[in-house]
Amino acid sequence: MVDFSLSEEQQLLKDSVERFVRNDYGFDTRRALAEGDLGHGPDNWATFAELGWLAVPFAESSGGLGGGSVECMILMEAFGRGLVVEPYLHSVIVAGGLIEAAAEDSRRRDLLSGLIAGERILAFAHVEPQARFTLHDVATTAVADGDGWRLAGHKAVVFHGAAADRFVVSARTAGDSRDRSGISLFLVDRDTPGLAIRAYRTVDGLRAAEVTLDEVTLGSDALIGAPGVAIDAIEPVIDRATAAVSAEAVGIMDALYAQTLDYLKTRQQFGVPIGKFQALQHRAVDMFMACEETRSMVYMATLKLDAPAVERARAVSAAKVQVGQAGRLVGQEAVQLHGGMGVTDELIVGHYFKRLTMIDTLFGNADHHLRRFAENDSANG
Amino acid sequence: MNLDFSAADLAFRAEVRAFIGDHYPPEIERKMKASQRLDREDYLTWQRILNDKGWLAPSWPAEYGGTGWTAVQKHIFEEELAFAEAPRVIPFGVTMVGPVVIAFGSDAQKSRYLPRILTSEDWWCQGYSEPGSGSDLASLRTKAVRDGDHYIVNGSKTWTTMAHWADMIFCLVRTDPKAKNQEGISFLLMDMKGPGITVQPIVTIEGGHEVNTVFFEDVRVPAENLVGEENKGWTYAKFLLGHERAGIAAVGQSKRQIEKVKDIARAEQSGGRPLIEDGRFRDKVSNVEIRLMALEYTELRSLAAESKGQAPGPEASLLKIKGTEVQQAITELAIEAVGYYANPYIPEAFQDGWNEAPVGPDYAAAAAPRYFNWRKSSIYGGSNEIQKNIIAKMVLGL
Ligand SMILES: Cc1cc2nc3c(=O)[nH]c(=O)nc-3n(C[C@H](O)[C@H](O)[C@H](O)COP(=O)(O)OP(=O)(O)OC[C@H]3O[C@@H](n4cnc5c(N)ncnc54)[C@H](O)[C@@H]3O)c2cc1C
Repeated sequence: MVDFSLSEEQQLLKDSVERFVRNDYGFDTRRALAEGDLGHGPDNWATFAELGWLAVPFAESSGGLGGGSVECMILMEAFGRGLVVEPYLHSVIVAGGLIEAAAEDSRRRDLLSGLIAGERILAFAHVEPQARFTLHDVATTAVADGDGWRLAGHKAVVFHGAAADRFVVSARTAGDSRDRSGISLFLVDRDTPGLAIRAYRTVDGLRAAEVTLDEVTLGSDALIGAPGVAIDAIEPVIDRATAAVSAEAVGIMDALYAQTLDYLKTRQQFGVPIGKFQALQHRAVDMFMACEETRSMVYMATLKLDAPAVERARAVSAAKVQVGQAGRLVGQEAVQLHGGMGVTDELIVGHYFKRLTMIDTLFGNADHHLRRFAENDSANG
Repeated sequence: MNLDFSAADLAFRAEVRAFIGDHYPPEIERKMKASQRLDREDYLTWQRILNDKGWLAPSWPAEYGGTGWTAVQKHIFEEELAFAEAPRVIPFGVTMVGPVVIAFGSDAQKSRYLPRILTSEDWWCQGYSEPGSGSDLASLRTKAVRDGDHYIVNGSKTWTTMAHWADMIFCLVRTDPKAKNQEGISFLLMDMKGPGITVQPIVTIEGGHEVNTVFFEDVRVPAENLVGEENKGWTYAKFLLGHERAGIAAVGQSKRQIEKVKDIARAEQSGGRPLIEDGRFRDKVSNVEIRLMALEYTELRSLAAESKGQAPGPEASLLKIKGTEVQQAITELAIEAVGYYANPYIPEAFQDGWNEAPVGPDYAAAAAPRYFNWRKSSIYGGSNEIQKNIIAKMVLGL
């Protein structure tokens, strides 16, 4: 029978992360972190490690807690509600996930230990200016150099690039810039000569950087896994990350809906709460329905992350389309129904709206995933 | 029926275009095209240029400095300014308080304020909305109490656009607390520099500062600054709403912005081809263009009716709703077009004098802030919901 209830342990995890967001991650705290020098809180990161959250996405054999996608979803939804700025998505789920997926059995546990212990932050330097959302569009090159490698290229909008101790860098060891095969993954320490980081803030309160590699020379052990086949790791890991960020979106959308509903009940104009106006009641109902359907799609996609590749791709892309479209509706309506207050920096509403908007650009927007959904329809041959 | 502009209109368009071409200061043009913030002086410079030509206040009666243009000429003028990406003329003096003073002001008010609007000596702001009175404006509570030949004003106004740059504010104030909501309101002109007025900035979601809260504490305003009669302010405010149709739909600006989106889509790559060749994106652009055409021809019908002497009516509400929806849709296209480069936020890049290389392509930086900022357009100037209420009542008779 279909069952969407949580196990006892999952419920405990949910309670614990929701408690953290409620008690330790108020809007003012978040604002101070986002505006501070580093852009996140090392104490929070240590807490995440202590509570085992950094180990959640990884298999026990990798030193993790079992790698449950539902557990990741639970964390990410709460992080959405708190607008958490710590680099969980990009460092743990993406960069850590890639190491787990690609690294040799003998090295996997070792390479992940610093991340899981909260001692090391990773970033995935992958997207390039020309690539848009095509995961296999990689022009950065890696050529054999003695028994090591030499990398050159430009990586765009690398999230948490300035905070990262190490980068997982994708580079082409063979083929043309849009070939699926020929892409390899490398581990590059941040202070490696030739690697330059131009750090900046993002519109939704995070940090990112342009990372350029100018003849970066690496040893042979920098290569993770077999050369040329990284796309086989990148695709499923980005699908995992897409499901995770979709869960974050659900947390945000629910919070926006709840805040808006509350505002409709309290804001008075014309002598009544504005929620008395039927025109606005219907708008709030549309928000409510959008939130419910998005949650359904995120559950569905999360539970299909281990399905065969085509089924997984369709499920994740469907959820991301839903997040893009429903997220736009919920974000815009939340702002609109708050009137002038909705466009102020003072209210959390605008900050949720900005994050939700930027989530559409991550790992492919609604259009991109609409196309991918259609392309993976077996009926289309 | 005929869609062509007359030869005289075409000649007029050429004249306007040539004037802008010759007089638009390159410094300001550069900032506008780079989406950098203008400072107060930039707006004033441009307004003075228009005023020297006699074109700052086309809609005013000729005796006060208007141009006597037809509705179609005004439309052409607005459109040419928009195509050139010229700064907007700050509306609070020229299109708001000016016409009210012309219609209802005393001779002394006319001779003092109208010339100073034209020369831009007075920068005006609009003090209507209050924290508790937005859509329900008539519930406003800022009060003015008569004390000899002065009013004493107490209360606060909010969302006041560019109050931090303003010399003068026109306010709706309550002068009769016992009268029914609309009936106890007066229209008062106030000097922003007077004692008792403080301006507090409100930062908006994209990080900019356009709006403010203005506090009044025992501010003494000469009684001669009352416009028209005491307690008739609501009538004057209503006269102002829907007074001006030209430009409300922002068709020219939207045409210009759509062109910019297409330029971005030609430069961006998607799957090894320009984004503009991506059918899915292309169709979206086309759709917005078609919505813009529907708006443009609706506006032209309205202008044609105005040319035949019909007074502007509630169709201003239609133009406002559809105009802002199109503006917002274009900002959505832009943010989509730039992909990942919507993310970087470098506030310094919007300031004059910033000369570092942009992060990503130079057209990308403004996409997200613009999208966020333009959410305001369906809220201000009477929210789109309130505009629909007006159409339902005034046009549909519901
Ligand atoms: C950027 C910006 C600049 C502005 N500049 C100025 C300025 O210079 N001077 C000035 O005086 N004001 C200015 N305003 C204020 C603007 O006019 C008000 O924000 C607007 O009237 C809405 O009021 P409110 O913000 O209080 O929202 P509310 O009135 O509280 O409305 C909240 C929501 O309820 C909806 N609503 C309210 N009543 C009804 C109803 N009866 N039926 C259906 N829906 C309803 C609204 O549409 C909105 O979605 C500005 C606002 C912004 C955002």
